[in-house]
Amino acid sequence: MNTLLEALVSQPFMQNALLGGLLASVACGVAGSYVVVRRIGYIAGGIAHAVLGGMGLAYFLGRSPFGGAIVAALVAALIIGWVSIRWKKQEDTTISALWAVGMAVGVLLIARTPGYNVDLMSYLFGNILMIPQGHLTLIFWLDVGIVLLVLLFFKQLLVVSFDEEFARLRQVSVDFFSMLLLCLVALTVVILIQVVGLILVIALLALPAAIAGQFVHSLSRMMLVATVLGACFTTGGLAVSYQYDLPSGATTVLLTGLAYLASSIGVCLWRWWQVRQATEA
Amino acid sequence: MSEAIISLQDVSFRYEEHMVLQDVSLTIHEQEFLGIVGPNGSGKSTLLKIILGLLVPQKGQVRVFGSSPFEARLRIGYVPQFATFDRNFPISVRETVLQGRLGKTRLIGGYRRADHQLAQQALEEVELADLANRPLTALSGGQLQRVLIARALACQPEVLILDEPTAHIDPKVEEGVFELLKRLNQRLTILVVSHDIGFISRYITRVACLNRTLVCHATAEITGEMIEQLYGAPLRAVRHDTILHTH
Repeated sequence: MNTLLEALVSQPFMQNALLGGLLASVACGVAGSYVVVRRIGYIAGGIAHAVLGGMGLAYFLGRSPFGGAIVAALVAALIIGWVSIRWKKQEDTTISALWAVGMAVGVLLIARTPGYNVDLMSYLFGNILMIPQGHLTLIFWLDVGIVLLVLLFFKQLLVVSFDEEFARLRQVSVDFFSMLLLCLVALTVVILIQVVGLILVIALLALPAAIAGQFVHSLSRMMLVATVLGACFTTGGLAVSYQYDLPSGATTVLLTGLAYLASSIGVCLWRWWQVRQATEA
Repeated sequence: MSEAIISLQDVSFRYEEHMVLQDVSLTIHEQEFLGIVGPNGSGKSTLLKIILGLLVPQKGQVRVFGSSPFEARLRIGYVPQFATFDRNFPISVRETVLQGRLGKTRLIGGYRRADHQLAQQALEEVELADLANRPLTALSGGQLQRVLIARALACQPEVLILDEPTAHIDPKVEEGVFELLKRLNQRLTILVVSHDIGFISRYITRVACLNRTLVCHATAEITGEMIEQLYGAPLRAVRHDTILHTH
């Protein structure tokens, strides 16, 4: 930990990396909670991989890959949302198609881009140490947007996640809010890609919220706890990867996965112990 | 006769080739406590979904409060089958009941103070006020059923529609739920769908037997032997499609 502190004081890129991780954990906690309670991990995975197509296209056209990622993520979210409203049975296939085709388009366009070849690995597995200042500002505003939308429409997003049919009967626009939710997830995916890369995104999106869900029983508290956990994992991952010179994205995800495993085992043991106490008494 | 609240005329509904409801006509009047019974797959849930405007029949006319089911939605309190719920969803009793205020509360931001008061009243009415802050996961089946009834009451409905309110809860709790409904019937029209006629007939004023087509009985007509027959009907009706027409 000393090493991280020293690096933080002396290296501006480390400060950026730390800040990036902390900012990302806000979106991760908020949108991740919806991903867990709505069980849309597969959709989030599809969006994340489709994003490479947008990044590749932006890169090919000489534009910002981050911008391309945002556009691609939103387009993928809207396509999946629309298909799941109109042809629910095709949802799974559509996600699979977007997932793979997006990746293929991205890889082809990046390969065809003339000049110095971009580090594809950093898109796939993230490179928080290289996060530019400008992206931090953008992530900050995306966070603000996500949190604001959730605050404004918390009750609608809750009922749509909990009981769609009842929501419909109360004249809540279920289709609109389902789409909105997918867009929030899409923006979060783009943010998290900066931290852990698009292949590993799903771990940071689902696991902190899943751990939180084992301990708290309200969606808002789940979001708060997941945000704090996300901050711990990104910071911890950064520290460990810096200390031992490991890839930061993979280290962060491994840490998150281990925490999830430990928490699940802990909860199981606790329940088993309670049952044992009850039967003995 | 008092005012007709829900009326269906010659309603037919088919899922692709499969005819689920055929020429069903039904009128529900104010203050009634109507039970719709029938075996599994007899079209009970479909009928409810048509009344709620979630499904549109291919044939026939449906009026709820004199308008289309879609327009009348906010005047109905709906209690879904609770067995289908994700019991691990992180939500409290209070948050669940407050959902009844949607459609009548503001669009943006949280619920109003008045919404919280109505939710509280609804919880008191189902005798669950002291569990308001409990998570849904901590409730028993009977308690969850009451929470869903409270949520429907928070809609300030004129009709309460319940889909299998007593499936998967034990008979003692079941009796409590029907006593509650009986009390609510003093000010509300109630429509209950159930596969369990034997129990329901003690509480309702009229029963409609559904198995693709519909036959109505006043519960006064149904005594002793009739209940036996009706109670047995769902079991036999699976094999004999016409059994419900014979009584």
